Amino acid sequence: MKKIIELKNVCKSFDGELVLDHINLDIYDNEFLTLLGPSGCGKTTTLRLIGGFETADEGDIVFMGETINHVPPHKRNVNTVFQRYALFPHLNVFENVAFPLREQHVPKAEIVSRVEEMLKLVALTGFEKRSVTSLSGGQQQRVAIARALISHPKVLLLDEPLAALDLKLRKDMQKELKTIQKATGITFVFVTHDQEEALSMSDTVVVMSNGRIQQIGTPIDIYNEPKNAFVADFIGESNILDGVMLADRKVRFSGHTFTCVDSGFEVKEPVDVVIRPEDVDIVPEERGMLRGTVTSVTFLGVHYEIIVDIGGFKWMIQTTDFVDVDEHIGLYIEPDAIHIMKKSEYSGMFGDYSSYSDEMDEIGEIDSEEIVEAELRAEAESESDT
Amino acid sequence: MKTSLSVKGQRSLIQRIALAPYSVWAVLFILVPLVFVAYYAFTDQNYAFTTDNITRFFTATSQVADGDTVREVHTYLLIFGRSLKLAVISTLICLLLGYPFAYLIAKASPRTQSLLITVIMIPMWMNFLIRTYAWMTILQDTGILNSFLRFFGIKPLHIIGTEGAVVIGMVYDYLPYMILPIYSVMAKMDERLIEAAYDLGCDGAGVLRRVIWPLSLPGVISGIEMVLIPSISTFYISQKLGNGKFYLIGDAIESQYTANNLHFAAAIAFVLMIVLLIGMAILQRGANRRAAA
Repeated sequence: MKKIIELKNVCKSFDGELVLDHINLDIYDNEFLTLLGPSGCGKTTTLRLIGGFETADEGDIVFMGETINHVPPHKRNVNTVFQRYALFPHLNVFENVAFPLREQHVPKAEIVSRVEEMLKLVALTGFEKRSVTSLSGGQQQRVAIARALISHPKVLLLDEPLAALDLKLRKDMQKELKTIQKATGITFVFVTHDQEEALSMSDTVVVMSNGRIQQIGTPIDIYNEPKNAFVADFIGESNILDGVMLADRKVRFSGHTFTCVDSGFEVKEPVDVVIRPEDVDIVPEERGMLRGTVTSVTFLGVHYEIIVDIGGFKWMIQTTDFVDVDEHIGLYIEPDAIHIMKKSEYSGMFGDYSSYSDEMDEIGEIDSEEIVEAELRAEAESESDT
Repeated sequence: MKTSLSVKGQRSLIQRIALAPYSVWAVLFILVPLVFVAYYAFTDQNYAFTTDNITRFFTATSQVADGDTVREVHTYLLIFGRSLKLAVISTLICLLLGYPFAYLIAKASPRTQSLLITVIMIPMWMNFLIRTYAWMTILQDTGILNSFLRFFGIKPLHIIGTEGAVVIGMVYDYLPYMILPIYSVMAKMDERLIEAAYDLGCDGAGVLRRVIWPLSLPGVISGIEMVLIPSISTFYISQKLGNGKFYLIGDAIESQYTANNLHFAAAIAFVLMIVLLIGMAILQRGANRRAAA
């Protein structure tokens, strides 16, 4: 695959505050790449750097092999779909879409045919003479996309384009954007804070936090193999536990030793253990690897979301079986449901569901090294027993 | 249903009461004076209906010396034409100076913006007469400007008593009325529209021509209205800075009024008002059509 855009060690500060911290990112031809992260993570700034609306303090932005740090936006073969669309209120639908062509002095007949073609692509045929202010949010969105695509850019930048739409419309537009991207073969760089949107649309997801890239990968990789506690928590729901690797494919957490599928860690290395709520099976208490008490049950339609207290740590479990509050249940976890991550700056910040309980305070005060040592001792004892 | 109706009725009563002072004010100080102007314009000394005053505006003639010959001219049409010419020139100069200035203010930081707006407003706090006298002092043949030029060995300029002096006075007095409405439109302009225009291939000039200018038209129109109308009917500036050589329509109204010829003064004012109303309607229409295109 051909690289279209490369960001090399890009840094950017606003008012002395570092917004982008040494960003390195390759964007390939024809891919749908999503910059995902909470607000303030630097995703929009990254997009604006590619669009030419901001200049990097450090590092290079390379477009098809050429450094374009100081090339102004109108000379970049990149177009943007702005948040809230930024349609020209003094022009009708036709003239909004024709805007870039008029600047290029394209012959009139060609303008008409190309605008028609674009309006057909975004399903707005017949809207030519309408005022853009009379359109619904979804229709304005389509005009913005048509306008950005009409001069056939190499890359289309989309800055949270669906954020202002209601849920149903957003789902439809997600599918449509994906279809348009496939049909035109243009590279899409999409910014969103909605992880579901990112997973369902993208070829590549770039998870960002605090101005740094946390992980780059396919949606499946990002979900199944999160690199750290931030990614695990931001993408979907996760129970993140302190654990320690005893050996390859052997991890101890919550007072129990589990078989897992991860290897390559040092012996006794403290790790973060991720278990997705849908990967936990509920079994009768006596058959559980772990035992706990149900503290809350929420019905969400497709499944129940239950919170289980296991030795003070609150797990979230998604299940289709009904259990009642205060019921004692057992948990069964398959080896491939356990994902091991290296410790990071985000360790201990995410992944427990006890925010409405103060029981965690006591446990939090215990030094993590003490826990590891206590668990290792327990492990040694259980092995000497056998 | 009944209760909601009664609530609605009450609310509209409250609204009407709240609006009452404004309605009274509008009737007393806008409508009544206009009716009086029209009434006086169409009546004679004995308050009998007549169109003579209006006819006189269009037909009255007088002789002016044109070199060696004497020419007969339509007095008030000539004066009106001259007023219109000076007012249009002043308005255009105000637009050319005010537009970029309004743009620069709108682009400045909020602090600088309020500072610059204050700077523009300061001359407006001074009395209009004093401002005009100040310009007399500056522009006189032996005034500040010429002393300055003489000091640097430059040939002094004869400005006072020329149309140029009148235009300078008008521009100085009315420039803030051009800047403020344009500024208020530009300050509200969505920055992303400008970014979008750059993104879609416009250079700076293209952004100005295709986005900023059309979007600022409402401000430009009200700026033109606010400068053109007072400058077309001004009389004091022309008397003081034009040395009374450029008799304008405002001067005509004033002298008819002071000569106690109220009916003809009202007729001139009435014609002026109608012409301005038509002119503004055309301007607005043009702007609306552009906006709709």
